[in-house]
Amino acid sequence: MSALRNGESAESADIGVADDATADAGGSSGPLVELADVEFGYTATPVVEDISLRIDPGEYVAIVGPNGSGKSTLMKLILGLLRPDAGTARLFGEPSHAFDDGARIGYVAQHASASKEMPITVREVVKMGRFPHVGFGRLSAEDHRIVDEALATVGMTDFANRRVTKLSGGQRQRAFIARALAGEADLLVLDEPTVGVDAESVDAFYDLLEALNEEGITILLIEHDLGAVTDHARRVVCLNREVYFDGPTDEFVESDALARAFGTAASFAGGGGA
Amino acid sequence: MIPVELFAALQAGPLDAVLAPFYWFLALWSDLLFAVGDATGLGFLDYRFMHRAILVGLCIGVMAPLIGTFLVHRQLALIGDALAHTAFAGVAVGLFLNGVFSLGVSPYLTAVVVAVIAALLIELISETTDAYNDVSMAIVLSTGFALGTVLISLNAGGLAVGINQYLFGNLSTVSAENAAILLVLFAVIVGTVALTRNQLLYVTFDETAAAVSGISVTWYNRVMVMLTALVVVGAMQIMGVILVAAMLVVPVAGAAQVSRSFSESLLVSVVLAELAVLLGIGASYYGEATAGGVIVLFAVGIYVVSVAIGKLQSRAGEDATPELGSIESSDL
Repeated sequence: MSALRNGESAESADIGVADDATADAGGSSGPLVELADVEFGYTATPVVEDISLRIDPGEYVAIVGPNGSGKSTLMKLILGLLRPDAGTARLFGEPSHAFDDGARIGYVAQHASASKEMPITVREVVKMGRFPHVGFGRLSAEDHRIVDEALATVGMTDFANRRVTKLSGGQRQRAFIARALAGEADLLVLDEPTVGVDAESVDAFYDLLEALNEEGITILLIEHDLGAVTDHARRVVCLNREVYFDGPTDEFVESDALARAFGTAASFAGGGGA
Repeated sequence: MIPVELFAALQAGPLDAVLAPFYWFLALWSDLLFAVGDATGLGFLDYRFMHRAILVGLCIGVMAPLIGTFLVHRQLALIGDALAHTAFAGVAVGLFLNGVFSLGVSPYLTAVVVAVIAALLIELISETTDAYNDVSMAIVLSTGFALGTVLISLNAGGLAVGINQYLFGNLSTVSAENAAILLVLFAVIVGTVALTRNQLLYVTFDETAAAVSGISVTWYNRVMVMLTALVVVGAMQIMGVILVAAMLVVPVAGAAQVSRSFSESLLVSVVLAELAVLLGIGASYYGEATAGGVIVLFAVGIYVVSVAIGKLQSRAGEDATPELGSIESSDL
């Protein structure tokens, strides 16, 4: 662990994510995510096994794999929502399940897990992104400014006072993306974030992710849209219960990992406009 | 008059010493309502017990929908019912202890203890089975009620008289001590929600994202069920065991029909609940009916009106659709 961190210190200093480094456990200078020989199953059959993965500050990583390949499970292990049956999962240098500095992680779920009936406005949802920063306190004028900015960034300013239950799927998803942006996190974790979003906005959304990544924010994207992944991500992790490929996107396109993981039918043509 | 009550309270024991400031507040409240009664000529304001009942009713009108809002939107509407029935067991325990050991414990205090334990039990069951389920709630509910009826029948001679007041609630039996206990519960509940409103909202709306953002979902769930237990016991005095859950659910359901935002729905649910409480207490006094039932009927009436207004609102609101902006990465 410490050897890894030493080897990595120069690189992460360049990127400058470690500014607000906390004193604990060297969490900021090492990898943000580190899985070692992780295995997990909801029943006796493992859903994912033998997963070793490390994500450094400033990376743009996409995890791809067919349906049922354990992508979402892997994401939950990374976020500490699940604990591995074997192996270790660390987040910002701490055991994932014990990590509680929510201000450092932005999260956009697949089909928004949120309540479908509750009366709540788009702005109120986006304000939740600031909750890890304010704790028991009130949102300051600065917090409200950040919320407004996040709403503007996803083009939802005019919808700010709309009830979330009255939105279309794509609009809802934008609201959740805005919430993640408002959190000003170091690591953005997105689980198929563009499901239900119209094609034009999907392109704009990936441009946005790229811009965020250039600012030094680490991005972990879970996607089934292979076109989008190969167009945008710098590194691809191809998963089907275990890791079939982990490396630069260019190499992934040329490799046969896709065919092995998905079966022969898969290709890059189906997705978001390569 | 005030100093005398305060002095008497201080003499009476540790519980009364704690409650003394609340007795003082009750006396003040009573003076206020006497004055209101004189000014308006409302006959029922001539009685101190009505003053206490109104105060308790007003507190219920705030705290029940306040907690209920968080419960209803997590599909936990029935937890209030389950806890009310265990609170009934708590009342029975109190009456039993008083009967057997001649203790002077208020049954509402034992109800608080038993209901909070039951609340944690429901929460623990749901944590180990990974889901709130009807079955565990039904089991806790019937266990509570069974325990209550058994304890009461064991000690029937002295107890049967007082049981109706707990089952159906009663305006006239709200003693000064019980009103003071309710004020304490009210302060605890409102204070806790005010402090943890961000976390409770996040957990209620999106449990997974809340967990990722570092909020201990498990702990806030525990806090929530314990607060529910406190509300249930507090509201039981007037509403009775059987109807207390209605105040957690009905005004909240009404507010959800007409509100856009969460803060608006909280406010509206409190207003609707207060309306039902005040109308209900007034009507039950003049109609000589059980207050709990009348309050719930008013609440349901208000709910039906809210549904109608909500339908009209959404029909009117469908015309204007704002422009959806584009996702911008340039202004970062």
